[in-house]
Amino acid sequence: MGDLVAEKHVQYILSVQKKKDSFESVVMEHLRMNGAYWGLTTLHLLGKLDTVDVHEVVSWIMSCQHDEGGFGGNVGHDPHILYTLSAVQVLALFNKLDVIDADKVTNYIVGLQNEDGSFSGDIWGEVDTRFSYIAICCLSLLHRLDRINVDKAVKYIISCQNMDGGFGCTPGGESHAGQIFCCVGALAIAGSLDLVDKDLLGWWLCERQVKSGGLNGRPEKLPDVCYSWWVLSSLIMIDRVHWISKEKLIKFILDCQDTDNGGISDRPDDAVDVFHTYFGVAGLSLLEYPGVKPIDPAYALPVEVVNRIFFSK
Amino acid sequence: MHGRPRKPLKEEDESVLSAKAEKLHSLQSQFLANHQNRIYTKEALDLSAKLLEINPECYTAWNYRKLAVQHNLSESNSDSDASLFDQELKVVENALKKNFKSYGAWHHRKWVLSKGHSSIDNELRLLNDFQKADARNFHAWNYRRFVTALMKISDEDELKYTEKVIGVNFSNYSAWHNRSVLLSTLFKRKAEGFSHKEKVLQEEYKYVHSAIFTDSDDQSGWFYHLWLIDQTVKNDAPLLVSSWPSHGANITLNGNNSLHGSGLSLLNSTLSDTKTLPVILCFNQAVEGVNSSTVVVKSELLKEDLVWKPLSTNNSSTAQVWVVYLNMGNMKLQLSKTYSIEINIGHSMGILSSNGYHYGAPSQITFEVCVQTAYTEPVDGQRGKLTSWKDNDFRKIDHFEESNPAVSADHHIPTTSNWCMEAIDEEITNFQDLSDCKIRKLTLARLLIALDLLSPQHDKRKNHTEEVLKLYTELMKLDPTHSLYYKDEHSLLLLQQITSSRESLIPYCHYYKDASETNTSYVCLRLQNLSLSRMGSFENLLWVQMLDLSHNELRSIEGLEAMQLLSCLNLSHNKFGSFTALGPLRLLKSLKVLNISCNELGSHSIDTRRYLCSSPLAHSEVFAWDRFEILCGSYSATKFWEAFLIFESLNLTDLNIAGNAVADENFASFIVKVLPTLKLLNDEEL
Repeated sequence: MGDLVAEKHVQYILSVQKKKDSFESVVMEHLRMNGAYWGLTTLHLLGKLDTVDVHEVVSWIMSCQHDEGGFGGNVGHDPHILYTLSAVQVLALFNKLDVIDADKVTNYIVGLQNEDGSFSGDIWGEVDTRFSYIAICCLSLLHRLDRINVDKAVKYIISCQNMDGGFGCTPGGESHAGQIFCCVGALAIAGSLDLVDKDLLGWWLCERQVKSGGLNGRPEKLPDVCYSWWVLSSLIMIDRVHWISKEKLIKFILDCQDTDNGGISDRPDDAVDVFHTYFGVAGLSLLEYPGVKPIDPAYALPVEVVNRIFFSK
Repeated sequence: MHGRPRKPLKEEDESVLSAKAEKLHSLQSQFLANHQNRIYTKEALDLSAKLLEINPECYTAWNYRKLAVQHNLSESNSDSDASLFDQELKVVENALKKNFKSYGAWHHRKWVLSKGHSSIDNELRLLNDFQKADARNFHAWNYRRFVTALMKISDEDELKYTEKVIGVNFSNYSAWHNRSVLLSTLFKRKAEGFSHKEKVLQEEYKYVHSAIFTDSDDQSGWFYHLWLIDQTVKNDAPLLVSSWPSHGANITLNGNNSLHGSGLSLLNSTLSDTKTLPVILCFNQAVEGVNSSTVVVKSELLKEDLVWKPLSTNNSSTAQVWVVYLNMGNMKLQLSKTYSIEINIGHSMGILSSNGYHYGAPSQITFEVCVQTAYTEPVDGQRGKLTSWKDNDFRKIDHFEESNPAVSADHHIPTTSNWCMEAIDEEITNFQDLSDCKIRKLTLARLLIALDLLSPQHDKRKNHTEEVLKLYTELMKLDPTHSLYYKDEHSLLLLQQITSSRESLIPYCHYYKDASETNTSYVCLRLQNLSLSRMGSFENLLWVQMLDLSHNELRSIEGLEAMQLLSCLNLSHNKFGSFTALGPLRLLKSLKVLNISCNELGSHSIDTRRYLCSSPLAHSEVFAWDRFEILCGSYSATKFWEAFLIFESLNLTDLNIAGNAVADENFASFIVKVLPTLKLLNDEEL
């Protein structure tokens, strides 16, 4: 089994950050805020966050904030809860949470909670448990979780629990590893993991590991490196990660690297991108791969960042 | 982002791509300008449609189109309105052609429909097309649920639709999932034809066999089948599974207020310190609402109202195990008099499961307490003397009094009809032919466990434990990737086997040092060297005061908080990887002696118990900064918060943490500060 070519991945991320006019960059212009989070968190996990100009990043982030308090995916794009979380997470990485008006961001998120406890992504009303996770995670990082109705939020998430122990986007929605991460993460932060059937869900999750050692997102689908995060962090939060073969998964992730040019792809020999590079490295972090800093499975931020937010006076 | 092959770009491809990028970039810039300036002309709208056709993920463009519709609606009549909405639906269809998983496109369509536009036929036709293209597209399934709800299509009709889809290809997890959702709803409202669950389930078993037996590697039917078993076996109503003291027990308090219970003699110096007698209730699932109204304790001893406490490691108000402490010190107990204590559970409503089901059958537990004056020598282990866990300090118990069992009687689930057992029996015959097939072996194991659970307690001949233990061992070899899953299941079943009766338990019970049945003594339950990777059966272990779990493969003690009488615990030579894994110990008021030597504390950068333990990260408690600063002064909270969290609420006299990566001198001096009651550290007096 090869090694993690960490330095190559660092160079890859820095090059993507600079190449704003490549087709890939342009087509994902609207979600650059997510991209910043994926790239910069990876740099932090590999110990190379200092290669980035923090002031440039922070001022760009602030230029994406709207009067309502929410952040858009890039300059000129509408505010949405997705990019609001990424903005807060990136600021947390740089220990710059003090540059935002936390109450303003909080009010934006609080305004997105619906009667039944669910959250909309923005004023246009799309409801999805992803947004429940985002609201809970974001407000927790800002020490303002008590501003939403947490009980109702938890009840709504539980209403999305399925016969297989997993969770979907909305009540009745099929279990999907991405949604499961969001629901389990939200319940973890809200101190309500006792409502999860850990054995039932744990078995569904561990059966995502296929012969190649990779993880898929739901039954009868292809393995994909991004599930190394969604499935793995869920297993870790419910303490059932020993039900998969960690060695086989490490091998799969390492096989998805482009060892010449840097970057990690969804499957071996596919095209790389920042999204999968982040999830591959984050997955290796959860698997305690040497040279990668530990990441918190619920907040999806480095453990040292989370500890700094909650355990320094 | 997915499924594109990795290949270096040729020069001509690079320039084509570059031109594409420039074109898209200018399109997007123009669009953003129109959006910024609120321009909703036909030209601007066409531009946004073009953009969404190329890049349906550009969410701001979908917002823009909604704003444009709202803007243009206010100035038109209903015919134009219809064509306006038609146009939106067309844009969505074009976008979905490009990416049929686009959240923005699907939501836009829902938005249009919620305005009252489009026909059922139109939407269902669209959905059928998507089903053919990708039967697992969860966006399409979600949209289908949205449309059928909006247009009030019946659950029964939708159930037939899943049959149609499964008929084309059984490997359609999405359809099986939808089926479980629809059936759950139909069962819940007892719809016509679905009020007799057993008939429906019997049909469903036959139906899912097609998915399991045709291709045993295809997971589509596995989870549905497991759900069917759960539907067959489960009892929704919460029930009492065991208690301590158990019904009919005889508890003796002697002169120095230490505890002696018959059946298995017990001595607990810690109970004598606190002078409280715990009463522990263990239910079959987490419940709320256990209080002095729903659980009435009657005795001439009691003068005050009792406060029941849920034993929850995350400070929740629901728990599977509840405890109340009777303050014996306050009561004027007469010597040699026997007092009766009666506990009435669930005679008034209020005890609820998390699904809202009320406590099943009202029940009663009665036990007796009596005080004697027998003087006893203080036994080793009190007053800070070193507790030994060595073999030659223990003696096997040959027998003990028949009168009162320490192990509670009935754990079987009462069923109202025989169809459950018949259904499980039927399934077992279907899965009997094993061939080296993982899912068949695993399903058979689960079915046999279910059968044993349903069988009356006295019908011992039907116990399949040995057979199931063998199946799990085979599965560990057959499916090594998941071997630790099977090992955990094996451990749980082994513990159940050991703790299920007095006969099976006796070989593991030992007297400590010079104890015996007649004089006050320690009894230790010794479960070391059993390859246990997981602990369980706590409902059978409520009586234990001294427990040796060393030399196993435990990584957590989830559920151990039920053992309220525990005062000495040996967890050495296991796989505990974090302090948060010791979370349950925070709820053990009586714990005095703890050995966690030779584990993996400090060896892991990732903590798998972090969110299963109450902490500020999970908003289940506030970090005790004041106490931390008083006790620890200059030590860093970010470094030691987990250890502080666990130990600051314990009153240990004896702690052994040697043989852990974390246990350096720095940590040792920190822990001594946090545990002022400590007299022994790592087997040395302080």
